[in-house]
Amino acid sequence: MGQSDFPVLSLIVFLPLAGALASLVFFKKTQQAAVRWWALLVSVVEFVVSLSLLFRWQIRGEMQFMDGPATWIPELGISYHLGVDGISLFLVLLTTLLTMLAVLASWGFVAERERSYYFWLLLLETGCLGVFLALDTVLFYAFWEAVLVPMYFLIGRWGSERRIYAALKFFLYTMAGSALMLVAIIVLYFVGGSFNLLTLYDSPAIPTQLQTWLFLAFALAFAIKVPLFPFHTWLPDAHVQAPAAGSVLLAGVLLKMGTYGFLRFCLPLFPEAAVSLAPLLAVLSIVGIIYGALVALSQRDVKSLVAYSSISHLGLVVLGIFVFNAQGMVGSVLQMINHGLSTGALFFLVGMLYTRRHTRLIEDFGGLWKKVPRFGLFLLIATLASIGLPGLNGFVGEFTILVGTFKAERIYAVFAATGLVLGAWYMLTLIRRVMHGPLENPANQELADLSIREVLVLVPITLLFFVIGIFPGLLLDWMEPSVMALLHQIGPTIVSLK
Amino acid sequence: MIETPVLNFSVIAPALALVVAAVIVLLVDLFLPRSRKQVLAFVALLGIVAAFVATGLLWSAIQPAFLGTDGMAVADGYALFFNFAFLTVAGLAVLISVDYADRHGLAQGEYYALLLLSTAGMSIMAATTDLMVLFVGLEVLSIPLYVLAGLKRGQAMSNEAGLKYFLLGAFASAFLLYGIALTYGAGGSTAFNVVAAGLAADASTRVLAVAGLGLTLVGFGFKIALVPFHAWTPDVYQGAPTSVTAFMSVGAKAAGFAALGRVLAVAFPGLLTDWAPLLAFLAVLTMTVGNVGALRQTDLKRLLAYSSVAHAGYLLVGLAAANEAGLAGVLFYLLAYGFMNVGAFAVVMAAEQADGAEATVESIAGLAARKPGLAVGMTVALLSLAGMPPLAGFIGKFYLFRAAVQADLTWLAVIGVLNSVVSAYFYLKVIVAMWLREPAEGELVKTCPLVGATVTASALGIVILGLMPSLLLALAEMSARGVMGL
Repeated sequence: MGQSDFPVLSLIVFLPLAGALASLVFFKKTQQAAVRWWALLVSVVEFVVSLSLLFRWQIRGEMQFMDGPATWIPELGISYHLGVDGISLFLVLLTTLLTMLAVLASWGFVAERERSYYFWLLLLETGCLGVFLALDTVLFYAFWEAVLVPMYFLIGRWGSERRIYAALKFFLYTMAGSALMLVAIIVLYFVGGSFNLLTLYDSPAIPTQLQTWLFLAFALAFAIKVPLFPFHTWLPDAHVQAPAAGSVLLAGVLLKMGTYGFLRFCLPLFPEAAVSLAPLLAVLSIVGIIYGALVALSQRDVKSLVAYSSISHLGLVVLGIFVFNAQGMVGSVLQMINHGLSTGALFFLVGMLYTRRHTRLIEDFGGLWKKVPRFGLFLLIATLASIGLPGLNGFVGEFTILVGTFKAERIYAVFAATGLVLGAWYMLTLIRRVMHGPLENPANQELADLSIREVLVLVPITLLFFVIGIFPGLLLDWMEPSVMALLHQIGPTIVSLK
Repeated sequence: MIETPVLNFSVIAPALALVVAAVIVLLVDLFLPRSRKQVLAFVALLGIVAAFVATGLLWSAIQPAFLGTDGMAVADGYALFFNFAFLTVAGLAVLISVDYADRHGLAQGEYYALLLLSTAGMSIMAATTDLMVLFVGLEVLSIPLYVLAGLKRGQAMSNEAGLKYFLLGAFASAFLLYGIALTYGAGGSTAFNVVAAGLAADASTRVLAVAGLGLTLVGFGFKIALVPFHAWTPDVYQGAPTSVTAFMSVGAKAAGFAALGRVLAVAFPGLLTDWAPLLAFLAVLTMTVGNVGALRQTDLKRLLAYSSVAHAGYLLVGLAAANEAGLAGVLFYLLAYGFMNVGAFAVVMAAEQADGAEATVESIAGLAARKPGLAVGMTVALLSLAGMPPLAGFIGKFYLFRAAVQADLTWLAVIGVLNSVVSAYFYLKVIVAMWLREPAEGELVKTCPLVGATVTASALGIVILGLMPSLLLALAEMSARGVMGL
């Protein structure tokens, strides 16, 4: 139930779009500086507006601040319906925070065609927010696909050497995955009677055979997005070739759309199928955890290493979802946020290093601690958060997921935990090779440390590492009711099938 | 006493307006000096506007009035909806022709007159309820197009296009005529509803009817470029003057679908179990061959030609579903398709090189830097053709696939969406060339403002239809419902 009649969710979704269009209309191509400030202003205002959700939040499970359902295309039965609950609230905040910081960081990363760049960045924000807030399946699909075009242009125009290949691969791979989801949505309409998600939650159970097909169709789209092994091959290319801010949003936000999709669609709509296919998904997640970590170990390119670490970390998140207990799921939702923050920070840092040295190869660095101590400090903290050091946010999420997994299936937890160990291995190795050791490469002698603007980008995330790590209840209390509501919804199925 | 038939010409008023306009264009052409030929475009536009007005007036007084005994044409929502589509496409085609015809020395009097006559034929095809009138309409539609395709007389490719189109078209018309003859034999009349009644009453003629239906489908299949009757499409689209290609890629296809839809719904509902699976199979074939064929193309007109074939496949899904939603989807999609295709071809025309060579994926490289407005318009059109939300193409495809699922043809919808993904590859190839590559060497022609206006109007149409399709969808549904009742 909405706390007030003001459609704050619509404002949140479409404000970046309005800002993007305004930047095209009111700013000329040559007014680079003005466009930068405008983009920052829009993203800051957007972040503040999204924060307002926190102040009027009521801690309970159902959807809040609902916008709609308003008729959009009655002939097709498509409505316009937005809503936010404990699961999506922090994803929305993560999106607005990371976009704001990405804009600020891009001031140093992007030097040409800036008006177009910020246009696509803001458009991307609208798409992501729409995905997290949509309560109509077709509306969700529209936003899901709409995210592809801005990301494609961001990678393709401002990326690195093989950007066109990476952008095309990203686009086609993701679109292929979601193609079947569209058909599944249409079938769901005829079986469940509506495109509206809340109505579908309440509609009678779907026959098991059909459920399995529908689950697989949705799961394919989400598995490609997360990415789950073996659908991950688009990720390293896209991440490495994308411009730094693009990588931040890709890893920080877009990947979460996949895990969010599992929680919002696959589990509540197709519980029997979810339970029966859970072993498959759990095994794929664990393979992803270990495979991602092992490949990360062998990477020579920093961005590539972080990309594979994403595959590993998000494998853990998906595992937490498919153990069907409170710890696992709450841990997953929290870890989504944690991963967004830590990987976002890592990509920011890599980007800052790249602008100075124009190389991402680990062997080109070494001994940087002497020259750029501030950078080193932030890199160390981000790495430790990613690994899951107690006291920082990563620990809470990972530990909770492991507890939940252990409760459900011990062997899964054992394998998943090895992923944690491997994670520490490759990340600390990264620190050692980049920051410690002798400063041999002469090109590194002149490195400038982080500027005030760059520090400003990293400080909020770093603070959040500690805040979430020490006071995780702040987030967990707000997430839990919605997760419990979800479990409640699929509970009877689990009990009957186990 | 010879009984004179009760003729109500107001039923085909739009077509008549267009024919009159064509004659006026020819007459005016006699008196215009070479330098003032643009006036003819203006006259043609006036004719189109007059036809629009006629359509509007008919819409407000929709009456299933008949021309002649047993009914030969009808002015119902279905016919009028299609009329709007044809006239819009014709109007846009005239706009983009003004500069193009001048630059390439096309005989402008003949050009505009033939364009108008072809549109009149389209109008008749959408309005007809009689097989013989259908054939007349088809010929009135096609013969001007054969000439128009070959109008660039100095160019071998254009001559080849015209001749190919004519020869294959004549063959197809012969098939259609044979099919009509067999159907007449089976049903006892050439009027759609009488045929249906005849088939229902007498089951012994079923084999004859099926044969007639099959041959009729062959004839239509050529016109709307279904596989395996599509071989002419790439060559004709490439060789014809680009403005003509824009016009016929939408208009001829739409007219063909209009007539086919009505024939199947009104004349052959009894044979549904025969034609619905056949259409589904043809749809799969058409989509796949069209999309796969486009993957390797570098010439933009050929690429769009194969894409056109693929889209005929998507549209056929709507007919294969054999339900009201499917037919409504066809109506909506054809209008949206009009905007998409005309917009795309207009940009291809505007991106023509200064030495007269056609636009290729190579030559439009970096178009975004040289002519950003055109690049944006092309991007919108191509993304819509690929079916990306929130554009008109997405709504259209969604509607068609939904109709398919509703008719228990989920597998067809799956193949459809997978084909959309395949098509994204070659549409993206063009978008990549425009935005992500360095500008190519050659000089491009100066953009005529009318072409720019057409591209803008098309892009706006696509976006608006994508975000607020309700009005048009409601009209389409109403029109589709009306057809079944005849």
